[in-house]
Amino acid sequence: MPHIVINGTPHQADEKTTVAAALMNLGITSRTSVSGQPRNPLCGMGICFECRVTIDGIAYQRGCQVEVREGMEVSTDAI
Amino acid sequence: MRYDAIIIGAGPAGLAAARAAKHAGKQTLIIDDNHGPGGQIWRGRDGIELKGVDRRFSTQITDLNFSATQIILATGARELFLPFPGWTLPHVLGAGGLQAMAKQGLNVQGKSVVIAGSGPLLLAVASNLKKAGADITLIAEQAPWSSLLHFGSQLLRWPSKLTQALQLFNINYTPNLWPIEAKPGEVLMSNGKTYPCNYLACAFGLLPNLELARLANCKIENGFVKVNRHQQTSVQGIYAVGELTGIGGLEKAEAEGEAAGAGTATLGNHQDFVKLLTRTFKLRDELKQLAQPDTILCRCEDIPFSRTTQCSSMREAKLQTRCGMGPCQGRICGPILEQLYGWPSDSVRQPLYPVPLKSLIQS
Ligand SMILES: Cc1cc2nc3c(=O)[nH]c(=O)nc-3n(C[C@H](O)[C@H](O)[C@H](O)COP(=O)(O)OP(=O)(O)OC[C@H]3O[C@@H](n4cnc5c(N)ncnc54)[C@H](O)[C@@H]3O)c2cc1C
Ligand code: FES
Repeated sequence: MPHIVINGTPHQADEKTTVAAALMNLGITSRTSVSGQPRNPLCGMGICFECRVTIDGIAYQRGCQVEVREGMEVSTDAI
Repeated sequence: MRYDAIIIGAGPAGLAAARAAKHAGKQTLIIDDNHGPGGQIWRGRDGIELKGVDRRFSTQITDLNFSATQIILATGARELFLPFPGWTLPHVLGAGGLQAMAKQGLNVQGKSVVIAGSGPLLLAVASNLKKAGADITLIAEQAPWSSLLHFGSQLLRWPSKLTQALQLFNINYTPNLWPIEAKPGEVLMSNGKTYPCNYLACAFGLLPNLELARLANCKIENGFVKVNRHQQTSVQGIYAVGELTGIGGLEKAEAEGEAAGAGTATLGNHQDFVKLLTRTFKLRDELKQLAQPDTILCRCEDIPFSRTTQCSSMREAKLQTRCGMGPCQGRICGPILEQLYGWPSDSVRQPLYPVPLKSLIQS
C-alpha cells in the first residue's frame, strides 16, 4: 500500500487508486472554492477540474487522472 | 515516426478503430488522457488487447499540430449537469462521475446512494455501484412513464439492447421524478419527499466532447460531428467515431470505430437508436427552473445564477461575470448556460486546457 503525504500528514492509500479517490476515502475534500466552499470531484473523468490539487509541488493537477504513488505529496490548496 | 492512423481516445470506439486500422496494415498510434485504455465503460479494466498498436496514455491532446494519413477522433462524451440548490455540496457527484470514482478506487461499500437525472446511464450506474457494494435507495428518472413505455416498445427493434435493459432493471427506478434541492446528507425530490443519502449521483444525459473536432474545423450539425457512412468528417483525413457523432452507446461506438479503422462503411441502424434516445430522454422545462438566484452556475469561479440573468450571450457572460473563465474553460457551465438561456457555445481556443505559469516553472 503506497504511503502518501496529504497536507503534511502521512496516510496510506490503496494500490491502483487515483489521488481524487484516495482523498475521498479519507474524507478530505479536494479543494476550497473561491468563495470558501469545500468541493469534491464532480465528473470523475478529467473534465470539471473540481478535483484539482497540487501533486509533488506541481499545481493544478487533476486528482482523478493521477494514480497514487509511493511517497507522493498532495496538497489540497488549489483555489 | 510517421503514422498512417492516429486515434485520439481509447474508449470502445477508439479501441475498435485502432484494432481495425492495425488489422488493415496501418502503422497505428492511440492516445488517451487516462492512465490506461477503456474509456468510460471499461475504465480501469485489465487485459485490454492492443497488440501491434503504439500507445500513449496520460497524454491529453490539446492541439492537432501533428500529421498522419488519417486522424480518428474518438473523444467520447461527458455528462450534462444542471444547477439546483446544493448541487455543489461535496456529497453530490455526477452519475457516471460517482461510477468513475468507484472504478478508480473510491470505496462505496455500504454507502447509500440516490441516483437522479436522465438517460439509460442511470441504470448502468446503479448496477455497477450495487456490484461495488453500495445501497441504491432511489433511481429518479425525469422522463415521464409515457416516454419510457414507448422506448420499451421500440426496443424490440434492438433485441440485444432490450435484453440489456431488462437485466439492468431495478425495483427502485422511478420515472417522473427529479431533484429539487440537495442538503448535507439528503436530497429533496420533486414528489416533496426527502431521501437521506451518503451520495447523490446526478446527471441529465451525455454531451459529446467536441473540443478537438471544433479545433479541426469539422462541421458540427445539431450538436454532433457530421460524418458520412465512412465516418469521415467535413475535413479531409479526419474521422469521428463513437459518442461524437451521436449518443448511442457501446455497439454504435464499436461499429463506427471499426469502420473508420478498416476504411469501410458503418453497418447498422445506429442513428435510429440515437434519435430514439434523444426523444425518450428529452429534458422537461421544470429542470431549467431549479436554480435559485444564489445557486452557483460556474463552479470554477463561484458565479451565481443571479449574475448571469442580465447577460444576453455566452461571450457577454464570460466578459462580465467571468463565467467559463476558470480551469474547466466552460466545459461544465457552458452547456448549463446553453440549456438555461439557449446561448450557443463559444468557439474553442488553443490551448484547450490552461497551463498555469506556476506549474510550467515548477515542472
Ligand atoms: C462518465 C460516463 C460513464 C459512462 N458509463 C457507462 C457505462 O457504465 N455503461 C455504458 O454502457 N455506457 C456508459 N457511458 C456511455 C459511454 O459514453 C458509451 O457507452 C461509450 O463508452 C462511448 O464510447 P466512446 O469510445 O465514444 O467514448 P469514451 O468511452 O468516452 O472514450 C473516450 C476517450 O477519449 C479520451 N479523451 C477525450 N478527449 C481527449 C483528449 N483531448 N486527449 C486525449 N484523450 C481524450 C477520454 O479520456 C476517453 O478515455 C458512460 C459515459 C460517461 C460520460
Ligand atoms: S473530477 Fe472532474 S476533473 Fe477530476
